[in-house]
Amino acid sequence: MFISETYRKIAADGIWNNNIVFGQNLALCPLLAVTGTATNGLGMGLATLVVIIASNGLISVARHLIPGEIRIPIFVLLIAALVTLVDILMNAWAHELYKVLGLFIALIVTNCALLGRAEAFASKQPVKHALWDGLMMGLGFTLVLVALGAAREISASGMLFANASLLLGESFRFLEVTVIPDYKGFLLMALPPGGFIMLAFLIVGKRLIDQKFAQKKVPVTVLTTAIAGEES
Amino acid sequence: MKLDPATIERLKEKIAVYREFLKNWLEPSNLARLRPKLEFQAGVLAGSALIASVLLGVTNCSTEGTIQRRLDEDLKKSLEEVVPAALYDNDMLLDTMNIPSTEFNIGANETTVYIAKKSGNISAVCFKFTAPDGYSGAINMIIGIDRDGNILGVRVLSHKETPGLGDKIEVAKSDWILSFVGRSLDNLAPAKWAVKKDGGEFDQFAGATITPRKSVQAIYRGLQLFKAHQEQLINP
Repeated sequence: MFISETYRKIAADGIWNNNIVFGQNLALCPLLAVTGTATNGLGMGLATLVVIIASNGLISVARHLIPGEIRIPIFVLLIAALVTLVDILMNAWAHELYKVLGLFIALIVTNCALLGRAEAFASKQPVKHALWDGLMMGLGFTLVLVALGAAREISASGMLFANASLLLGESFRFLEVTVIPDYKGFLLMALPPGGFIMLAFLIVGKRLIDQKFAQKKVPVTVLTTAIAGEES
Repeated sequence: MKLDPATIERLKEKIAVYREFLKNWLEPSNLARLRPKLEFQAGVLAGSALIASVLLGVTNCSTEGTIQRRLDEDLKKSLEEVVPAALYDNDMLLDTMNIPSTEFNIGANETTVYIAKKSGNISAVCFKFTAPDGYSGAINMIIGIDRDGNILGVRVLSHKETPGLGDKIEVAKSDWILSFVGRSLDNLAPAKWAVKKDGGEFDQFAGATITPRKSVQAIYRGLQLFKAHQEQLINP
């Protein structure tokens, strides 16, 4: 499939270079709140993915209509309305999923990354780019949530993707594995401080990988700074 | 109603005019001219608030019934867990009675009691209650009690206790909560309604004493609520 340079850059930005958590250090509240297990992380990630695509698309469509002076209240209004809509519709039509994800849906409102993308990207870009950016940012966020959730879950209880079948359906039961049998458990990792500690490790890991790439070939850093410049 | 071709033609023309106007108005250059104007800004803000509220209102109204049905199904499932199927043949959601419960400190000023009937005779009652003083917030529970005051079953519906320690009150994590089955105020002295550490009958958990202690106390208060209204509940 042919992907133009712009789309590739948006994708690289969303998933790695300018990742919501690693690059922008946003959305830490929902991130730390739900990543006790990989399954919860995945649920939160998917819910956020849907809402961020919708909010990016909507704001990009209406971008010429929204005056700069009142853009923030309008963004907040749109995002809150979208989140509430998703919340109500899921409660009615996907109730089993809602019982697992319900808590997270309302938490999406506290996710400043949505407002951040609306402000920094969707309000200045054509709809196609904004939708793509929403998808990629959402995927990047989901990835971090699952990685952090998995790392915390394994270190806390020795399991991985516990209760995944509740979220994704019986056919995904194979995801539930006991990584370390007879693990005594390490409670700290399941509690909020464990989230901070593990997140720090993951960020260090990301920086190390970036450094390695930067040493190998210079263009990567050039690309990153070019993107950072565009964002500001 | 039938429209003659001339009217249809006129309507089409009108629509075309409106569309043309809207298209011109929505041109980025026109909008750029409008955006600095205060009236336009107020209009956009009001317009988006209006659209958002209409959308939410319509969705809320159209899904209210469905959501209520789902919640009823959830409640029914919980009721079925604490009252054995052999004891009732009625719809407990429809057979309810409200009793005042302020003095029992179980989270609500009024408790809805669901009444189980077998061929018209009251066999058991069932109600939701709360331990408001759990280790990290309220512990919501549901209890089934037979007509003589014996516990048929207790389940924790939701809680925020420490995962790995306090969450052993869930039936999915441990069978601790099953140790209440068959207990009543008559066959267990008041002093024994406590965790073993406090000289009572029930186990505490390693690393978590407050969660089971407060759960036991709340269950005890729930039984007292039943006792206070026993006559009224089983012989209405």
